[in-house]
Amino acid sequence: MATVLVNDISVDIGDEKLNCVQAAQRAGVTIPHYCWHPALSVVASCRMCLVMVGEKKTDGSIAMQPKVVPGCQTPVKDGTVIQTMDPRATTAQKATLENLLLNHPLDCPVCDKAGECLLQDYSFKFGNASSRMVDEKNTPPNKPDIGPNVSLFTDRCIMCSRCVRFTREVAGTAELHVVQRGNHSEIDVFPGHPLDNKLATNVVDLCPVGALASKDFLYKQRVWNLKTVNSVCTGCSTGCSIHLDTNKDVVYRLRPRFNPRAQGHFMCDEGRLGYQQVNSSQRFRKPLERRESGTKPIEWSAAVASVDRAFREVAGVDAGNAWFVLSPFLTLEEAWLLASYARSVSPFVRIVSGPVTRVGDDDTYPKDRKGRPAANVKFTIRAEKCPNRRGVEAIVSHFQKTVVSFNDLLQACDAGSARFVYVTGGYSSAHPGFRVEDADKLAKAPHLVVHDLMPSALTDRANLVIPSAAFSEKEGTYVNHAGLAQSTVAGCVPLRGMRTDGQVFLDLLGRKGLVRAEEIRKEIGKTVSALAALAQGSTGEFGVFTGSGS
Amino acid sequence: MATYEPVLLRRIGRPECQGIEGYRADGGYKTLERVLKELTSEQVTNQVKDSGLRGRGGAGFPTGLKWTFLPKGHPGPIYLCVNCDESEPCTFNNRVLVEKDPHQVLEGIILASYAIRATTAYFYIRYEYGHGMRQMQKAIDEAYSAGLLGKNILGTTFSLDVFVHRGAAAYICGEETGLIESLEGKRAWPRIKPPFPAIEGAFRKPTIVNNPETLANVVHIMERGVDWFKSIGVPPDPKNPRDAGSYGPKLYCISGHVNKPGIVELPMGVTLRELVEKHGGGVWKGRKAKGAIPGGNSMGIIPESEFDIPLDFNGPGTVKALGLGTAAVTIFDDQTSIVDVLHNLCRFFAHESCGQCTPCREGTGWMLKIVERIRRGQGRREDLDILEEVADRIGIMPGTTICGLADGAGWPVKTAIRKFRPEFESYLKTGPRQGVRLQMAQAH
Ligand SMILES: Cc1cc2nc3c(=O)[nH]c(=O)nc-3n(C[C@H](O)[C@H](O)[C@H](O)COP(=O)(O)O)c2cc1C
Ligand code: SF4
Ligand code: SF4
Ligand code: SF4
Ligand code: FES
Repeated sequence: MATVLVNDISVDIGDEKLNCVQAAQRAGVTIPHYCWHPALSVVASCRMCLVMVGEKKTDGSIAMQPKVVPGCQTPVKDGTVIQTMDPRATTAQKATLENLLLNHPLDCPVCDKAGECLLQDYSFKFGNASSRMVDEKNTPPNKPDIGPNVSLFTDRCIMCSRCVRFTREVAGTAELHVVQRGNHSEIDVFPGHPLDNKLATNVVDLCPVGALASKDFLYKQRVWNLKTVNSVCTGCSTGCSIHLDTNKDVVYRLRPRFNPRAQGHFMCDEGRLGYQQVNSSQRFRKPLERRESGTKPIEWSAAVASVDRAFREVAGVDAGNAWFVLSPFLTLEEAWLLASYARSVSPFVRIVSGPVTRVGDDDTYPKDRKGRPAANVKFTIRAEKCPNRRGVEAIVSHFQKTVVSFNDLLQACDAGSARFVYVTGGYSSAHPGFRVEDADKLAKAPHLVVHDLMPSALTDRANLVIPSAAFSEKEGTYVNHAGLAQSTVAGCVPLRGMRTDGQVFLDLLGRKGLVRAEEIRKEIGKTVSALAALAQGSTGEFGVFTGSGS
Repeated sequence: MATYEPVLLRRIGRPECQGIEGYRADGGYKTLERVLKELTSEQVTNQVKDSGLRGRGGAGFPTGLKWTFLPKGHPGPIYLCVNCDESEPCTFNNRVLVEKDPHQVLEGIILASYAIRATTAYFYIRYEYGHGMRQMQKAIDEAYSAGLLGKNILGTTFSLDVFVHRGAAAYICGEETGLIESLEGKRAWPRIKPPFPAIEGAFRKPTIVNNPETLANVVHIMERGVDWFKSIGVPPDPKNPRDAGSYGPKLYCISGHVNKPGIVELPMGVTLRELVEKHGGGVWKGRKAKGAIPGGNSMGIIPESEFDIPLDFNGPGTVKALGLGTAAVTIFDDQTSIVDVLHNLCRFFAHESCGQCTPCREGTGWMLKIVERIRRGQGRREDLDILEEVADRIGIMPGTTICGLADGAGWPVKTAIRKFRPEFESYLKTGPRQGVRLQMAQAH
């Protein structure tokens, strides 16, 4: 057991290997830092984290080192004493901030980072109120097209080199580097080699200031207007933990949220931009019924009644001809409710998992110099482009003891035996779940209900289309490739007049009230042994591991 | 002192001084042969340690002691990096050795490699030293042919390869970890320490970095012994408990406003005044000296009144200059504006700061901008205080940077202002002299 004294606050760090910045964090003390990042190598160059460090001797006396040291580079051990309020430390921190502002344009009013900028925050907390610089500032040229997704406001850069180290150490693609020397140093790329890799936009989150900006987000919102909730990316089975940033129920941005059990610190660009579907004008807003005269919007209650009627009709004759397809995009709770509904009518109804979209092989980072995957993988974009295959399969196999597959359904449709088919979708338009020939087969069922977000070959052929809510509009749980169950919080209310999928399923079940994901999770945890870890209801900040499937 | 016989420069100027034939005819490589046959690596290290030899690259670190920092019993590889980046302005002692007597340096390289058990040595030479590079390559080729390099040198089990690596033309490539990064093909951004190079250096393997002049001294220490070496130079200053003494011969470069600029070899401890008057031929044009840079730009500036300090590792510190540095003395005469001197110095450091550490990157640039403005005649009184403050707070010594370049950038500024404040103050009032055309060259 090791005890560290931070500004006279004693904190027990166990046997962990920590630096002063981390140890201070444990004690609730902020040591300001720019260049240090837990996922990158230590360079100790920004000198924002200067503190006084010493040692408490066994006789109780304290011997301090005579000068400031960078906290990020200084490991702590039992008896280490850190003083952040010593005048030598505060003066050094003030000096670093004064230095950083010498050539900084101070264009906060038009800077995207304003409001979440560490140069603003630290200047406010640790810096001076005015500048002594009367000379002309350097004005290096901006590089708006440093990469397809990223823009560089060169003059705002504080040269912390986080972005450079990210492309070298995590992406391995090494596009970014420093050119020139001294206070003319600039971040740049080699001609013809832009910052273009699947993890590129992480440098925007890493950038402590407004130098690197996401082109997607640039000038769309002032960040203090955004509301942030914890969510999960549904782009692939990695299931990156994310922050979902919304304003007035519009999603503006996804950012990675640190999760040591899921992906770590980062996320991929495809996932980051995956929210765009949420804001698409093409989304269904009202249930659509296909008649001979064409499709017609109908009321939600009428849609629910129509589904229930058609299903019971078929089930009444031969429940084995009624099929429910549980998409790997459904939350656990949705899958549970829909399957419960199907089973509540007849034990012979067939419940199958929806198609699993896979693209190529798992894409691991860092890459080596030739673009091949390198050892000691730090990030994986998974080939499986669904967030919840494992979870949904666990639900399906709980309800459907004799396994039937989506292919069995296609055959049954082809053979004309499937009479009622309820398909859930939610696939991303980049990786559609249903091929046209599958849609043609499914359309042979006399009653095809499709519950989805956007028009597709399948919805074009449905008798009834029920609009889905986007992942950002509902709460629920996803089980990633490793069996980690993570719950999300709704960042916005569904589009006007819309009902979430869970709500529709409750209506079908004839249950009253709103969807309470936590209650449903407890129900699942108590009933489905593979998902017993959910019995607590909450999955916490980092999620809980389940033993479900593989 | 007039009787001092040069050792390091002994062969320079002889017609055969560059080739292996001439070197051998003068007794060269005899020491190597004897050492390889008779002494163990430890014995060599101990002899160098006992001699009190301190590094000639600028920091004055005890050479033998540095060698003992290597991990014991390391299976290898261990590397020797010879730091011939020599980019401290007005410094050309390495240049003379490498261009005129490369085998002396090479013998030192082989001896040092034997002592530290290195099987590969990199000779990192400043980009601008094209001639020196070719001379050294030629010497290495000759040594290979003579069986002095390569496998089983002189029939012993000791093997060594030496590679010449042409530098990346930046001052920071001379900082030892900047050099290592550069050698590895990267931008010369100095590394944080620890780990020190002796533990984790080039290619993350134990590495010793030494200056060519240091290594040339090793040859003579092994040839003539510890007592000979200690008979030259200055013992530790009893008033300074941290002084380890300044033994041995030293190459002094003399430049600036003197009649006879050049290089001389003298026992450590010669006074600055004697160096200028006697060896530099006095100040030019019959003028008086205003001041001098005692050991390369990084060491600060001292006025003529302090010229009686001995130029050893301890001397410059006694008048609050940074140190001996590279023992490259630059004199400026009494017609020189101290503002011009400082401007030139600031320009150098602003240009050469690698840009990694905030205090150095921004501090050097800011100091330059302020001095430039003062020089234009737009200085304010508070500028002098700001300059002093910035200069005081950048560097390893105040704990705010990774390498010593920042210390070196601060010392000229603070010594100039502290030692020549009245001149700055009157310049603030008068501005540049009438008729003086200022060259306001930018740092970039
Ligand atoms: C900015 C900077 C530049 C340096 N340049 C040189 C150089 O050009 N040559 C050199 O030998 N040492 C240089 N040094 C010192 C080296 O870091 C190192 O101390 C030296 O090479 C060790 O050799 P020595 O022990 O033989 O002196 C420089 C140091 C700094 C901080
Ligand atoms: S662009 Fe941002 S992340 Fe990159 S070095 Fe500059 S401040 Fe740091
Ligand atoms: S790796 Fe997968 S889960 Fe993570 S951000 Fe990308 S698509 Fe989303
Ligand atoms: S002190 Fe200056 S030159 Fe040295 S590493 Fe830092 S920025 Fe570079
Ligand atoms: S955070 Fe420690 S020096 Fe940058």
